[in-house]
Amino acid sequence: MSREKILEVKDLTVSFNTYAGKVQAVRGNTFDLYKGEVLAIVGESGSGKSVTVKTLMGIAGNNAVIERGTAMYKGQDLTKNTEKDWEKIRGREIAMIFQDPLSSLNPIKKIGKQIAEIFTILHKMPKDEAKKRSLELMEAVGIPEPEKRYEQYPFNFSGGMRQRIVIAIALASNPTILICDEPTTALDVTIQAQVLHLIGDLQKNTGVSTIFITHDLGVVAHVADRIAVMYAGKIVEYGTAEDIFYNPQHPYTWSLMASMPDTDLSSEEELYSLQGTPPNMLHPPEGDAFAERNQWALKIDFEEDPPMFKVSDTHYASTWLLHPNAPKVDRPALLDRRIANSMKRKEARANG
Amino acid sequence: MADNVKVDNYMENEDILLDVRNLCQYFKSGVGRNRIVVKAVDDVSFKIPRGKTFGLVGESGCGKTTTGRTIIRLYKATSGEVIFEGKDIAGKLNADEKREVTRSIQMIFQDPISSLNPRMTIQEIIGEGLIINKVCKTDEEVREVCLKMIRTVGLADDHLTRYPHEFSGGQRQRIGIARTLATNPKLIIADEPISALDVSIQAQVLNLLNDLKKEMGLTILFIAHDLSVVKYFSDYIGVMYMGHLVEQGTPEEIYGNPIHPYTKALLSAIPEPDPYFEKWRDFVVYDPSVHDYSVNKPSMHHIEGTHSVYLSEPELEIYVGKKAE
Repeated sequence: MSREKILEVKDLTVSFNTYAGKVQAVRGNTFDLYKGEVLAIVGESGSGKSVTVKTLMGIAGNNAVIERGTAMYKGQDLTKNTEKDWEKIRGREIAMIFQDPLSSLNPIKKIGKQIAEIFTILHKMPKDEAKKRSLELMEAVGIPEPEKRYEQYPFNFSGGMRQRIVIAIALASNPTILICDEPTTALDVTIQAQVLHLIGDLQKNTGVSTIFITHDLGVVAHVADRIAVMYAGKIVEYGTAEDIFYNPQHPYTWSLMASMPDTDLSSEEELYSLQGTPPNMLHPPEGDAFAERNQWALKIDFEEDPPMFKVSDTHYASTWLLHPNAPKVDRPALLDRRIANSMKRKEARANG
Repeated sequence: MADNVKVDNYMENEDILLDVRNLCQYFKSGVGRNRIVVKAVDDVSFKIPRGKTFGLVGESGCGKTTTGRTIIRLYKATSGEVIFEGKDIAGKLNADEKREVTRSIQMIFQDPISSLNPRMTIQEIIGEGLIINKVCKTDEEVREVCLKMIRTVGLADDHLTRYPHEFSGGQRQRIGIARTLATNPKLIIADEPISALDVSIQAQVLNLLNDLKKEMGLTILFIAHDLSVVKYFSDYIGVMYMGHLVEQGTPEEIYGNPIHPYTKALLSAIPEPDPYFEKWRDFVVYDPSVHDYSVNKPSMHHIEGTHSVYLSEPELEIYVGKKAE
């Protein structure tokens, strides 16, 4: 299946100039985004997932420096964009949904106006047409009584409803790429499920390519077609959702998965817990950044950064364990059992 | 409302440490026509046996934190009883009783950053409760207990002289736990102790709490919104919705046979780390208008074992069939 590449990011390296020195936030990320797919970027806080996408929106901040790399979008390198170029792309071609729906809306402006201004300002539409389009959009994201809600302020809306408005605003100009930066983290489980459902539906209907950032693996399993796992500014594993969940290769992916309780886990069992804290990116350690917290670390991990090893055509992981000369190690037992359970469930489903 | 208590017959053989009966907490605001009464906690009853963990789940604003805070006497209960070690602590207490209660019930807070005083050293933070509650008489004693606590939660001795800003989120939550344990409490109220932490750190803190629970036989009221965590961690679970406890029982009872429509919706919304499963998941939306309580008032009904559910009589017939008494 040949699919159209929407975005091609190569060796993207971003650092921040601070008083303490240069913080290496993103270190040589390479990934592609295909038309109509959802790519999820997973990692702990501070792993550089937000910086990666903010760079693609040109909003990484004044002290951010793109050291190397390219991000090709429609034959244009986004990393070379000036502020003028960004204005043509930001909000029109690439739109973003932020984590906190309260702080991404203007509290003293009516909801309707905040949606309609996309049409009047960005697309130079007459006012009544903009209102008509806004009401349609509100309907599409599942706001009951849009006529009445149009005249209300953000404080009249609950968290889930606010996030729906933010989604409506992001989708207003029919973007080619939608970036969701932890859109459901601030929401309750039941509301989260509704919002995820909505994003999924809209994504299917409009065919927008989506980059989805989260640290919740359950959410990732729900939305993602492909997954990139990030640690200390680097993508350490990259593959389809099936590759990552059923055949994880990188020890960091293992620990991330095994540290999360699921509903099958009994309280007698111990969760796998990752010791220590992520490295200080002012002075990233020599070799593999994960080595210090990695119980499967090899000697070479402390000396040399592993390259991306190919597991299959869709699956890559950056760990020396995949080197032909590396010793065989076992995944955490909890993870093995969970994968076996998933496979059983899948078979049971296939057999009716 | 007193006749709502029909759950008294279970847990008979257990040694009950905390028994909450028909607890109500109403917040009033405004005067005259603008007067509003918010029923944050409305007629909540549950029991926690000694050495067990009771998990309270529900969405934000459902009253789970208020329940915890009313039990620890941060709010004065509107009505109802909180029976702790056979004594009602919800009403007025004399100074000695008050000290006894505040010493034996301790709280772990959600946000490890704002719950530690930035201008106190870790020893001062952990030792403060010991001095206020007159548990230790001399400075040496305080230091000894602090040392013991900091080791219990897996930090090093020299951390005692440092300040909170020198620690990571997970370490700060460990300090919060050490402070909680210092006065040797009988009941711990853990209010979302891990939801502000990163995934990998969450597992560290959960494992620590789990170990402490086993070693020290702690009784914990665990308040959280993450259902997989609550199931993993608790012996009993109570599901709260809009101030009411709508369903309670053991994790097996709740997960194996959810009865209340809200519990069903909540369970169907847990995201599982399994992409195939997620593709076919049926997701239930809870609509509070399915309940018609104009004629038949809902009350707590005992199903079996420790399992009970808050429904009206006709609903009980629909959801449970005829098997309920």
